[in-house]
Amino acid sequence: MSVTKPLPHDAAPLHVAGTARYVDDIPTPKGSLHLAFGISPIAKGKITTMDLSAVKAAEGVVMVMTADDLPFANDVSPSIHDEPLLSDGTVHYIGQPVFLVIATSHIAARKAARLGQIDYAEEAPILTIEEALAADSRFEDGPRIYAKGDADAAIAGSAHVIEGGFELGGQEHFYLEGQAALAVPNEGADMLVHSSTQHPTEIQHKVADALGVPMHAVRVETRRMGGGFGGKESQGNALAVSCAIAARATGKACKMRYDRDDDMIITGKRHAFRIAYKAGFDENGHIQGVSFLHHAICGWAQDLSLPVADRAMLHSDNAYLLPNARIESHRLKTNTQSATAYRGFGGPQGMVGIERVMDHAAYELGMDSVELRRRNYYEPAHVVADPVIAEKPLGHPDPHEDLTSRGAVEMGDAPVRPLPAGGNTTPYGMEVSDFELHGMTAKLLQSSDYTARKAAIQVWNAENSVIKKGIGFSPVKFGISFTLTHLNQAGALVHVYQDGSVHLNHGGTEMGQGLFQKVAQVAASRFGIPLEMVKITATDTAKVPNTSATAASSGSDLNGMAVKAACDTIRDRMADYLAHRHQADPSTVTFADGHVSVGEERYTFSEAAALVYQGRVSLSATGFYKTPKIEWDRIKGRGRPFFYFAYGASITEVAIDTLTGENRILRTDILHDAGASLNPALDIGQVEGAYVQGAGWLTTEELVWDGKGNLRTHAPSTYKIPACSDRPDVFNVALWSGENREDTIYRSKAVGEPPFMLGISAWLALSNAVAACGGSYPALDAPATAEEVWNGVQQVKGET
Amino acid sequence: MNITFLLNGETVELADVDPTATLLDWLREDRGLTGTKEGCNEGDCGACTVMVTDEGGHKALNSCILFLPQLHGKAVRTVEGASGPNGEAHPAQQAMVDLHGSQCGFCTPGFVMSMVASHANGATDHDTQLAGNLCRCTGYAPIIRAAKVAEEVPVPVWVKDKPVATRVTSQMLPESSDELAKIYAEHPDATLVAGATDVGLWVTKQLRDLDPVIFLNRCDDLKEITITDDEVLFGAMVDMNRMGEALADLHPSYAEMIRRYASVQVRHAATVGGNIANGSPIGDNPPALIALGATLHLRKGDERRSVALEDFFIDYGKQDRTPGEFVESVSFPRQADRLKAYKLSKRFDQDISAVCGCFNISVSDGMVADARIAFGGMAGTPKRASNVEAALVGKPWTHETVRSAIPAFDSDFTPMTDMRASANYRLQTAKALLERYFLEDQGEVTNVLEVSA
Repeated sequence: MSVTKPLPHDAAPLHVAGTARYVDDIPTPKGSLHLAFGISPIAKGKITTMDLSAVKAAEGVVMVMTADDLPFANDVSPSIHDEPLLSDGTVHYIGQPVFLVIATSHIAARKAARLGQIDYAEEAPILTIEEALAADSRFEDGPRIYAKGDADAAIAGSAHVIEGGFELGGQEHFYLEGQAALAVPNEGADMLVHSSTQHPTEIQHKVADALGVPMHAVRVETRRMGGGFGGKESQGNALAVSCAIAARATGKACKMRYDRDDDMIITGKRHAFRIAYKAGFDENGHIQGVSFLHHAICGWAQDLSLPVADRAMLHSDNAYLLPNARIESHRLKTNTQSATAYRGFGGPQGMVGIERVMDHAAYELGMDSVELRRRNYYEPAHVVADPVIAEKPLGHPDPHEDLTSRGAVEMGDAPVRPLPAGGNTTPYGMEVSDFELHGMTAKLLQSSDYTARKAAIQVWNAENSVIKKGIGFSPVKFGISFTLTHLNQAGALVHVYQDGSVHLNHGGTEMGQGLFQKVAQVAASRFGIPLEMVKITATDTAKVPNTSATAASSGSDLNGMAVKAACDTIRDRMADYLAHRHQADPSTVTFADGHVSVGEERYTFSEAAALVYQGRVSLSATGFYKTPKIEWDRIKGRGRPFFYFAYGASITEVAIDTLTGENRILRTDILHDAGASLNPALDIGQVEGAYVQGAGWLTTEELVWDGKGNLRTHAPSTYKIPACSDRPDVFNVALWSGENREDTIYRSKAVGEPPFMLGISAWLALSNAVAACGGSYPALDAPATAEEVWNGVQQVKGET
Repeated sequence: MNITFLLNGETVELADVDPTATLLDWLREDRGLTGTKEGCNEGDCGACTVMVTDEGGHKALNSCILFLPQLHGKAVRTVEGASGPNGEAHPAQQAMVDLHGSQCGFCTPGFVMSMVASHANGATDHDTQLAGNLCRCTGYAPIIRAAKVAEEVPVPVWVKDKPVATRVTSQMLPESSDELAKIYAEHPDATLVAGATDVGLWVTKQLRDLDPVIFLNRCDDLKEITITDDEVLFGAMVDMNRMGEALADLHPSYAEMIRRYASVQVRHAATVGGNIANGSPIGDNPPALIALGATLHLRKGDERRSVALEDFFIDYGKQDRTPGEFVESVSFPRQADRLKAYKLSKRFDQDISAVCGCFNISVSDGMVADARIAFGGMAGTPKRASNVEAALVGKPWTHETVRSAIPAFDSDFTPMTDMRASANYRLQTAKALLERYFLEDQGEVTNVLEVSA
């Protein structure tokens, strides 16, 4: 069978030859035009006068548009329509698009975009958490609160109480391919859009609204992205809509791509959080209660901030059974880029909170931090009855609902009461029945030689005054499903041609994760044919409609199942026809090794396809899948938002220079749970890459805004993602051999986001190394840059 | 101007090229070779890497900040030319496929070309060779595995480019310092382009129109390195990779700092003269050279003069250079190696220094005989720590002396806070670097890069 094979990425031969085509590589029709935005240089204010005569007069400029020139919706928001494509007269952050230049070349558009003469009545921007709280500048009316038991009482009655707080910075996606779109006007009012997007259906929706046409008049195609990481879930809307509007206005194909600096200044990033905590533990290190206060910096528009902040709350337990918990989340509106989806979608921020608590507690109790964590794990996997959903489910179909990508259902009126304490349940009341981490932790401790290395580090630290070492452990339990339940659906379209070759299409997008290859492996396995017989094709809204974003790690779970359904429909038709022809039972027809066997007869798949075609049977089918068992209420914070959990564990060893704070990862050991992996090579690739990206978030990747709201780190010269030598010197990654306890595609598990959070162990290891310098717990912020590590050393030495 | 070069083995002749047209834009927009990608358009990500071969050998270079006239007489190979004439995969390409070195694939052509160049040169220090290529998907581990596997395979004949013979086509492409002196005197308002690693960004980011432009890369006499018993002299056009090699034995700490200076691609283009002449307060060469007691040699027309390097930097953005005058070379006395060059940055490789501290302290009979200490990132210019030096010289070389000298940093420097570091961190770690210098001298382990698990 094709599934489970460690095959290379399907496009790898094209990648290495430079022939894999991205949006900016698509040959464009003669006379194509290029776009650029004129952007706001101030963080908050109103436009008083706008003189664009110099822009219009600039070399190569064909047309200049402002909000007044837009024929229909001035809206690129993925949620509550609070994000105009072009300024409506007010500006809300430095980088907000104000006018659109259409020119004969990319460089001409960029040059002209700098020539706008615009006067603003400036207002004091809201840039910090304090300023936002003082102005009550927030999304939603007040904080969301999820609660289980009575956290305050449990903490008050605990033998050991720890309390603290820290800053957790955002993160620039730094997809290597910047945002890009190309719109080609077709006959009538039709528009073809090529977009580097994780969400073609939303592009289609937004472009249709902007052109005042039905969705059927817009076709969106996405062959691949040069990286997405959540940054292309909603942030491509502005470019695609601009191209479509410009293409309609000029009759020419129009292309827009952001220069890297523009990309970093204009688009949203991971949400920065401040997390405060208070927790109580007993003498044996068992947590009694924990209380978290989250402040999420959401930027100027809502975008996807509500479900991001929800997911942070939903991961505030990580791997630990919290008998009493309270999580309060404030979603603050600031005059900065609108923070957006980024791998983990808030989950990493929530998880860092509880890992900090566990680490702090282990320090205060003088316990091994792995041991303390294990004592607080959820119970091992066990069989439970599927829940009976008692309450009237939320999210029932509503014809007037605003179908946005990942908005959130409206706030209810009912008062929220805490869930009962106890049970092997999360703070939102979901039974954890698939917990794998007891076994995984034991195996990882052994394979990484943790105990001996920990002892060796103590010896090193006793003998060395300048360079200190540290070791950190962090587990991951990550919930799999979109928390906006209706998004958990997918479609597929499969054709078998009369020569037996297979054309495969589904709603997922390829951004490097290898989704297309995994899904093709599913199709090849269903038909029992070699992978070469399956043609992978670009995501296309005309082939599979109403798709969800390729996000939330859902790509292969959802699309794999939809493709399986489509393939099985065709396979059943083929079996029926061939069985009838040979007077056999259809259930005895087998598809394997490139052949179809019916009784004594053995056809090649090609022969079988030809026969079935001649028998006038359809060899084309759609497939559909929706995730079962999920139902929850995001306002009350209860229910089952996730179909299952994916698990992982990592141990990182670091060294720090106590004189300067410079630091480095020496070794990392990872054991990750991908269920029964569809493709172990691709899954290990996801784990390695996610770890380095996660460690980068918490170490070198620092976003800096100045006091006026200018992002000062808007290029790779100043924003430092990990480089080659920043990966661990020793990097051991293995997959946990198990299978999903839920019925997913070939019992595999989602792998896109969960391993990102394995990088938390690097941050904990740095903290551990800093702790070796003095007598108090290092209150590190994130990212732990060299300067932050140095600050920590000063703090524990009592020199601040 | 008219230029000639080889592109993937075929001769290209271009007439009247825009002097600041970049190779990347030309490849993608004029030539339709879209395999080479634009990732950042400033030389920091490596997605646009191509291999350029000239008399100096095979070099990976960032095509986004490489102007077409710089290619005159050279051979360019893009990812489309990495494979053989019959489509045979280059060993690096095959290994990248086999070992899962690509995910989204956008950085991949740049990685492949860096690997093609390092493979052709027989280089196996892959972390250093690939420091200028950013990948956001893989975490680099499979790419390094691929690079190691490719080591074992011979260099394919088709990538063994040779430069082409060319003739002078424009006086803006002078062939010697004499020609440069003449043409620059005639056009003292011209922009001099050495390696374009800084000027390139004036074009790609500031969108400036530069005219006229004089390219220095054909002035072979400015590329000379002269090492005698008394002196070490670098011509202004010595690129940073050659400079690093030349210093490896003389001053290994300086060479190691150069290894972390930008990336292979940038170092192939960047020159010591450019790094000094642009007057940046965060260039990494000036503090090291000042600590070595360097002298800068300037020329205008036929007039030459020399100044102590530290005196060249007058104030932020202001240097002791008159219109039409250019840097010809920089030299420093041969000396026993006591130099340590310490570079502090958020990331070890390919990052601009928050602080660059260079210490050259000689000890005789247990006493500090001489101390030259210079910093970048601590003031508006590269600057000596004169008070610290004074506090050390003539004292016994002890921890006590070091500690007593440290407060003098407060009178030498008042650094700034910016996105790279706070003023306090800069000042306090500058002090800590003197401590490091002493401890390293006493044999303690002080280099986090030399520690393993």
